[in-house]
Amino acid sequence: MNSTAFIEARFRMTYPGFSLDVDLQLPARGITAFFGPSGSGKTTLLRCIAGLERAPEARLSFKGEIWQDGKTFLPTHRRPIGYVFQEANLFAHLDVSGNLDFGARRTTGKPRDRGMIIELLGIGHLLDRGVQALSGGERQRVAIARALLAAPEVLLMDEPLAALERERKREILPYLERLHDELDIPILYVSHDFDEVTRLADHLVLLEKGRAVACGPLGELTARLDLPLAQDPDAAVVIAATVAAHDEKYHLTRLDFSGGSVHAGLKELPLGHQARIAIHARDVSIALSSVEDTSIVNRMQAVIRGFANARHPAHLLVRLDLGGNALLARITHRSRDHLDLREGQTVWVQIKTVALID
Amino acid sequence: MLLLGTPLAWWLARTRSAWRRPVSAVVTLPLVLPPTVLGFYLLIAMGPDGPAGRLTQALGIGLLPFTFAGLVVASLIYSLPFAVQPIQQAFEAIGRQPLEAAATLRASPLDAFFYVALPLARPGLLTATVMSFAHTVGEFGVVLMIGGSIPDKTRVLSMQIYDHVEALEYAQSHWLAAGMLVFSFAVMLLLTLFKRESRP
Repeated sequence: MNSTAFIEARFRMTYPGFSLDVDLQLPARGITAFFGPSGSGKTTLLRCIAGLERAPEARLSFKGEIWQDGKTFLPTHRRPIGYVFQEANLFAHLDVSGNLDFGARRTTGKPRDRGMIIELLGIGHLLDRGVQALSGGERQRVAIARALLAAPEVLLMDEPLAALERERKREILPYLERLHDELDIPILYVSHDFDEVTRLADHLVLLEKGRAVACGPLGELTARLDLPLAQDPDAAVVIAATVAAHDEKYHLTRLDFSGGSVHAGLKELPLGHQARIAIHARDVSIALSSVEDTSIVNRMQAVIRGFANARHPAHLLVRLDLGGNALLARITHRSRDHLDLREGQTVWVQIKTVALID
Repeated sequence: MLLLGTPLAWWLARTRSAWRRPVSAVVTLPLVLPPTVLGFYLLIAMGPDGPAGRLTQALGIGLLPFTFAGLVVASLIYSLPFAVQPIQQAFEAIGRQPLEAAATLRASPLDAFFYVALPLARPGLLTATVMSFAHTVGEFGVVLMIGGSIPDKTRVLSMQIYDHVEALEYAQSHWLAAGMLVFSFAVMLLLTLFKRESRP
């Protein structure tokens, strides 16, 4: 519908015990995450877009070009995509270099700078190795490089971190963030990990039981009380902010956004850099007056916009407005009654921790 | 043998067609059937009144039984399961994942077959080659029916041994039989050594 949509996807398929029924417009920029619990159809949706799965009822167009409709079905190898599988899925009969060249040699797209991609993913020292000799994280980095060297116009990633242990995940996330910053192509990213999504995604497609429950910018969706996101134990809002100052003495970085400013742990970013911050609902508390004698640095005024029950019967979710930015707070029912909180009321929020994401 | 067996194995490993099981059963048939039964039917089929015989005559090749060509065709059919099964298993073990990866990297199905499936199935292809070759060398029953053991033309090793034993020439039989034994052992040994090497 809107002019920035570059993929329009409508799929309908039914298996016993599973169905997929979506109608989506996906933006041409940044990372769009397909987020939902397992069995929600996010991987199937991605495979349909890649042409690895063929939905009986479908209409799929890419930049105005039809990939699938009633009569047309463009086979996978003729779609200008890159695909990163959950398991790296490297070719065991080729070494790292051979794997990288596989797609690069066959693509009809404008070739990518091999050296730049190898450097971006930090795999220069692995080129002569056999793929069996690689660690899980290294394999996944090679798989990403291999997909990119096929010069795709869109990169599809199916839970690229799910098969990795926690440590390996931490090792690879920075590379994904670099992709986000340095690549000029959009990425569709399947994940069931909320933390991963808040770190990487710009847009979110929320899937549940094969249906798209919501679709929109990450910041907007994370703050909505009516979506299951708010019920996640790690529920957090993501706010765009500007790096304003560094405090070398206390190792803090100040970030400004329209509703105020917060301090996060020091990160060497240039002043004026556009960053995003994630604030977990569990880290936000509410007071009726400005409390000065507290260890919490981040305090500011906000207006209460709504309430919703949390999954735990003791808890309550509060949506607040912070100069145009939405914030979620998880407090107890007892506190609400005690403070007599009402919609439209101006209160003080205290934020214990702010996570600074580039 | 591999030219026929590989595409057949590929089809058997990948198809979801209803023909898969019947075809698979037919291919496996020579494993359980007494060789003489197979030989008998082949003899009939390739004879002057059989369908295959009519075809070869129409093509101007003449009749196949009791010729070297006929022997080759018969051995081919008889040894097919020994070629098809290891290759099919190798293809099945590869699974569809590497082929999907190849497709997302712009490789057409044919391209993926030659540059991904075949190289990955190499151990299976090796087994198939050796097994079907060794098995063909040791063949007896089918050869007896089709070949007829005409000296210098359709006489094979196993047949020669049989003739020697019939004539109570045990010394010659020993030479040939021991030769077969050593040959077979050497082939199997080489195969296991090869496999160990190609395993990562």
